[in-house]
Amino acid sequence: MGSRASSLLREEDIEEIKKETGFSHSQITRLYSRFHSLDKGENGALSREDFQRIPELAINPLGDRIINAFFPEGEDQVNFRGFMRTLAHFRPVEDNEKNKDPTAEPLNSRNNKLLFAFRLYDLDRDDKISRDELLQVLRMMVGVNISDEQLGSIADRTIQEADTNGDMSISFSEFIKVLEKVDVEQKMSIRFLH
Amino acid sequence: MGFLSSVKPVCIVLISFAVLALLSFGANAEDSPKPTTTKPPAKPTEHGPIYTAPPQPLPEPEKSYLPLFTLNYPRVQIPFEITLWVLLASFAKIGFHVYHKITIWVPETCLLISIGLIVGAIMHSVHEQPPAVLTSSVFFLYMLPPIVLDSAYFMPTQPFFENVGTVLWFSIVGTLWNSIGVGICLYGVCQIPALGVQDINLQENLLFASIISAVDPVAVLAVFEDVNINEQLYIVAFGESLFNDAVTVVLYNLFNHVAELPVVDAADVFLGVLRFFLVGLGGMLFGLVFGFVAAFTTRFTRKVREIEPLFIFMYSYLAYLLAELLSISSIMAIVTCALTMKYYVEENVSQRSCTTIRHVIKMLGTVSETLIFFFLGVVTITTDHEWNWGYILFTILFAQIWRGLGIVVLTQIINPFRTIPFNFKDQFGLSYGGLRGAITFALAYTLPNTIIRKKLFITATIAIIIFTVFIQGISIRPIIELMNVRKTNWKLGTINVEIHTRLMEHITAGVEDLCGQWSHHSLKDKFMRFNNRFIRKILIRDNRPESSIVALYKKLELQNAMEVLDTISGDISAAPSLISLHEEKASNKSSFKPKRTFLASDLTAMHEILSKNMYKIRERTMSYTNKHTLPNDSRAREILVRRHTSIRRSLRARSFQGSESARSQKYFSLPLGQSLDTGYATESIRLNADGDPALELHNRSVRPKPRPRSKQPRFSTTRARLDPLQELHSTVNMEDEVRAEESSHRPSRQSSSSSNSRSRAPLQRHSSLGTPSVGEDDPEGDEQQLESPPPAWTPEPPDRGSGGPRNPLLRRAQWKPQDK
Repeated sequence: MGSRASSLLREEDIEEIKKETGFSHSQITRLYSRFHSLDKGENGALSREDFQRIPELAINPLGDRIINAFFPEGEDQVNFRGFMRTLAHFRPVEDNEKNKDPTAEPLNSRNNKLLFAFRLYDLDRDDKISRDELLQVLRMMVGVNISDEQLGSIADRTIQEADTNGDMSISFSEFIKVLEKVDVEQKMSIRFLH
Repeated sequence: MGFLSSVKPVCIVLISFAVLALLSFGANAEDSPKPTTTKPPAKPTEHGPIYTAPPQPLPEPEKSYLPLFTLNYPRVQIPFEITLWVLLASFAKIGFHVYHKITIWVPETCLLISIGLIVGAIMHSVHEQPPAVLTSSVFFLYMLPPIVLDSAYFMPTQPFFENVGTVLWFSIVGTLWNSIGVGICLYGVCQIPALGVQDINLQENLLFASIISAVDPVAVLAVFEDVNINEQLYIVAFGESLFNDAVTVVLYNLFNHVAELPVVDAADVFLGVLRFFLVGLGGMLFGLVFGFVAAFTTRFTRKVREIEPLFIFMYSYLAYLLAELLSISSIMAIVTCALTMKYYVEENVSQRSCTTIRHVIKMLGTVSETLIFFFLGVVTITTDHEWNWGYILFTILFAQIWRGLGIVVLTQIINPFRTIPFNFKDQFGLSYGGLRGAITFALAYTLPNTIIRKKLFITATIAIIIFTVFIQGISIRPIIELMNVRKTNWKLGTINVEIHTRLMEHITAGVEDLCGQWSHHSLKDKFMRFNNRFIRKILIRDNRPESSIVALYKKLELQNAMEVLDTISGDISAAPSLISLHEEKASNKSSFKPKRTFLASDLTAMHEILSKNMYKIRERTMSYTNKHTLPNDSRAREILVRRHTSIRRSLRARSFQGSESARSQKYFSLPLGQSLDTGYATESIRLNADGDPALELHNRSVRPKPRPRSKQPRFSTTRARLDPLQELHSTVNMEDEVRAEESSHRPSRQSSSSSNSRSRAPLQRHSSLGTPSVGEDDPEGDEQQLESPPPAWTPEPPDRGSGGPRNPLLRRAQWKPQDK
């Protein structure tokens, strides 16, 4: 229920989220109703089950990891603030950002978008994508017709291309460097409807 | 070499059947004179006079022997010939798949027409006439409904309804634009005296234009294998092929009627327009009514499973016929009937009926279309044509121009309303890939004879069909690939770029789906709520299907899953490679591995491997791309099975404990230490429209997002009924429980009351499952409670107080006493 949902979201909350994430008022209310419709237990927070009920995520190869990205370390509940914070990464980058806080980087900056993607690889949060982690993600993204050796050599090549300091893993700065020519802002943006 | 040797027997078979067909026609030509007995042609009338002149000596003693072999052809002629034609066409279809590459490069309609041409050539050389079966009534009453039902039934409903505006916009307005534009242009061309077609008036031109604007872009969807799949494009193509059949037929009837009028004035035009809308909307209304009635009927068919599919066919056909009776758009009727019916019926009928329905619809549709194309090929050779270079060339030209223009203009208008606009490539694909389908030919062939230039129209239609199907159909793939190549050529990035960009695309697609951006949320939600409250109550049966059937299909599904697992684990044999990975990891840390040098050829090989095998985003709708086969989603199955595997392995790993846990990390979506909680949600989530009967058990659970609760009861049902498959299923059960237990033990996790109660509840459940009879009744009772619409759920929030609010298992356990 649209009206019921927005009544549970107070104006001050909306203002705070607006400041933190940069979404507009209508976008926030819209996403709140989506949050609410996902929240089957109606307790103001989403669990992993709630996410897994979305069928498209179930057949997305990276579905589990995407869901995981919404939950902060060690927690299995995400409230609306956290939900919006994660979604803010996907806001399109605008050229003119009004009331931009010069000290804090906006959540949807290129850097943060890349960090989001990086974190999908790097599950143990050691700021390095090891060969194993890379292989895991590769295997998830690739069908069953690729043998281990092929995948292994692809992973080796990937690391070889990116690795500049020779530690056989990809650090975040190396990750950024490798993708410098890619239009990350466009690839990791969703046009949120008003 | 291999190609030749495999094609030869097929050719032989085809030719032999062609000969057989010819024989039947040969028999046809001389049907009546065939004697019914093999008696020597003794004058039968001789016996007559015998009675009048008994003593007359007979010249020879006549004794009629019992005929051993008699040939009674006229008796079976019609069904026999039909069967032969159908069989011949089907053999042709088998033949196409002999050489795999053909089907990629050449659309199937091409091949069908070619075979028709060959048979036609054979027949022509023997001076045979094709059987005059394709009359107007036969086509409209028998051949068209299956084709339309086929397209309508396999339309992906969810994306369709989310994009219904775009689809209708393109199909209806597009077809109107095309027909009127081409008609007027052709009329203008007709004024040129040089072409000698001045006798074709405006109405006839419009009629002809409406015939050739029935475009079917589905055939080229398979070509659009781009990384950036625009799901909208598929839906538009599908919807177009479906709805512009309807529009075309309506326009055809309209212009047909108008063409007979000697004088057309403004009132007629106005009435024509009015009639157009009336007919279309009337058809839709009809279809809706019939769809609901059919759904309602299937609510009561639990005891008569064998004839469940019959209801579907009869109701849709009835809708079609009644609409024909009232002269409203029968195609719209049958389309809306199928779309409405499908959703509710697939919940009510048994799995087998569901499969039967799909297969039969697909079969009938394919046969019908095949026959029409086949016939087209034959007719091309055997009829005498009226060829007019100017008219035909201009037809083709204008058709192309107007289609392209139409697509561009329509896209420009509608792009601002869409989340993802169509880019140039999409537009080009849509316009260039618009092949003319079976309906075009049939409509032309069944033009009334009052039209003077009927032969010219038929020739022109055949010409445009052949042009589009052969030339456009075959050339579109290279052109698209050229466009793709040009786009990606200067971006020949590194392997890194390729992998990471695909990762990002998957992420974005996932988050988009998460946000549910596609729909006009409020409208859809409102409809779904209304649906859940009222409609489903009336139309869906409350009781669950019989346990044996569920168990059987669960068994089949698991068998399937096991098979896929076997192939996965066979190729990627777990133990040895895991060990090697482990060792490699160790060796990596200890010794510096010398850098492998990669040759350029290795690189290109890698690029190729990746581009061919990496999952493309949102393949959901792509599984529908081939019109001639049942949709499949083996890829989704792969992913889901893989997740299932990773759950199981995480489970086993945890139970073994220790350092070995690192070993089985290979297949995980998430590393150990995090719970996936995917147990039942994974199982329940399957894609729609899988030909495999087993997976359809869960199809019902997928579709409506706001109805996720019913997914859990389904899983619990199936879990309860897996007594025959103790071993497999107990693992699945176990994972929930063990994981839940683990979760309560794990210190890093927030120990909330929910996780504790979660561990308790599954054990409760499990104990109830221990006694099979109880287990069976209990979920059944649950189902009854849970199937009833949301009002029954509202008492739930007060229950939240007792720990584990979001734990559905606990909730269900609480429902238990209320049922009994």
